[in-house]
Amino acid sequence: MDYEPVIGLEVHVQLKTASKLFCGCSTKFGALPNAQVCPVCLGYPGVLPVLNEKALTLAVMAGLAMGSTVALYSKFDRKNYFYPDLPKAYQVSQYDEPICLGGKIDIEVEGTRKEIRLTRIHLEEDAGKSMHFKGDTGVDYNRTGIPLIEIVSEPDLRSPQEAYQYLKELKTILEYLDVSDCNMEEGSLRCDANVSLRPVGEKKMGTRAEIKNLNSFHNVEKAITYEIERQKELLSRGERIVQETRLWNADESFTRSMRSKEAAHDYRYFPEPDLVPIVFSAKEIESVRVSLPELAQRRKERFMKDFALTAYDAEVLTAQKDLADFFERCLKYSKNAKAISNWMMGDLMRELKLKDLGIAQSPMSPEHIAGLIELMDQGKISGKMAKDVFLEMFGTGKSAQEIVSAKGLSQLSDSSQIEGVVKKVIQENPPSVQDYRNGKKNALSYLVGQVMKATQGRANPKMVNELLVKELEK
Amino acid sequence: MKVEMNIDDVAKLARLKLSAEEREKFSSQMSDILSYVQKLNAVDTTHVQAADHVEAVQNVTRPDEVKPSLDPDSFLKHAPLGRDQFFIVPQVIE
Ligand SMILES: [Zn+2]
Repeated sequence: MDYEPVIGLEVHVQLKTASKLFCGCSTKFGALPNAQVCPVCLGYPGVLPVLNEKALTLAVMAGLAMGSTVALYSKFDRKNYFYPDLPKAYQVSQYDEPICLGGKIDIEVEGTRKEIRLTRIHLEEDAGKSMHFKGDTGVDYNRTGIPLIEIVSEPDLRSPQEAYQYLKELKTILEYLDVSDCNMEEGSLRCDANVSLRPVGEKKMGTRAEIKNLNSFHNVEKAITYEIERQKELLSRGERIVQETRLWNADESFTRSMRSKEAAHDYRYFPEPDLVPIVFSAKEIESVRVSLPELAQRRKERFMKDFALTAYDAEVLTAQKDLADFFERCLKYSKNAKAISNWMMGDLMRELKLKDLGIAQSPMSPEHIAGLIELMDQGKISGKMAKDVFLEMFGTGKSAQEIVSAKGLSQLSDSSQIEGVVKKVIQENPPSVQDYRNGKKNALSYLVGQVMKATQGRANPKMVNELLVKELEK
Repeated sequence: MKVEMNIDDVAKLARLKLSAEEREKFSSQMSDILSYVQKLNAVDTTHVQAADHVEAVQNVTRPDEVKPSLDPDSFLKHAPLGRDQFFIVPQVIE
């Protein structure tokens, strides 16, 4: 029997705030254990949590950018369960009245566009972190109370590749909005996948497994692929799928049942009495909507229209906000958009990748890239020289002009100087000159090569060509 | 009307181990409480919206500003066990 995978993703995104969701503790990554906690996030009796207004705005921005309906009324609820990383024995989350409902994310897989619907986006606080030691467990509450939004998709995804694209699109939107760092290593973006199979044509959903511990987009893709195969095999043997939580083991590439979570949960949600409801007017929501920054799709279209970039170039440059920003900063110093795009997508991205750097850590500034292009466009250096200058700029952080001046590299564009070399080359190469005069026009390229060699590649090739022809035709 | 409830479920969710005696006692007390609350069913609430908050306060927020946190020693000394700035709990196996 043929089965169809049905996949839904739950993505937790850390909102980019300086302080926690309900208290003033810092959200900075990498602090010593429990250095960023206070009575509110430790759950001391009698404390009063107060909502961070920036977290609220960021959640609304994310919802609007994804086409969600922002609720005019929403509230917080307590989700009750016992776990050492949860000091209050409940997590403040949103249950039946989340901040955003619905929405969609457009993805493209193998040239086909598809709309993935969102169920909801809600605000909640993060839990702490457990460190497993030999014999006992250490708990660090620095993450407790960190503001998150959980973005829940409908089970509209049908393949691991679609799940991967969905995450990529989601991340692009969040980065453009600047609502999150989306750093999976630091835990500011986390993903759980619900995976089930059903016979092709069947409308009813099969029993699903929830896969946790997916720490990179590629692992999401791999874990779903593995899980689909695991369920297929069970079904083909006539066995049943058990509804359970499974952990992905990235080192050995398999999922295993998480026994501690097997018992069905009863979270006994109830309204959080310490936090008052959030009420918006349509006008307030509209004012956030109009303040949304330009998103990737629109920027791509603008790049194609304003700078005559190809769809492919515009797509690559706008897929990451900081890349697109870099490109636009280059344009302040050079109007040659095509050359900027070529240098960025070719040499710059290659060198950055080799050094495992992001565009934000580029040793070359937009001004430097543009400066190199300007020198080429003014005919001061050849394309070949530019490649070498580029590498040196990347290595030293110097400007193109500095390197060219220091090395005396600048292109020879003085016709009297080139003329002297041309005359000398003609004198030293009678056979080639003869060939040329006898109609073998390709002898010219040999002579050009000789001039370039004599000038260590510095002569302006166009001028060399012209002067040689002029001299030979005399 | 007497409302019965499964005291074992509640005890399990609250991580409580009840003796046979306690089971009996709390079962009966919880049933009394539920029966009492049942009185509310006499009120016609067809046209009343569910209230999740009773006070007429909305939209209480604070600016996103970092305030000093606590000195870890000040609270770790109250924990049953602390080490290297961690709270130490019995081993959690996943
Ligand atoms: Zn705190």
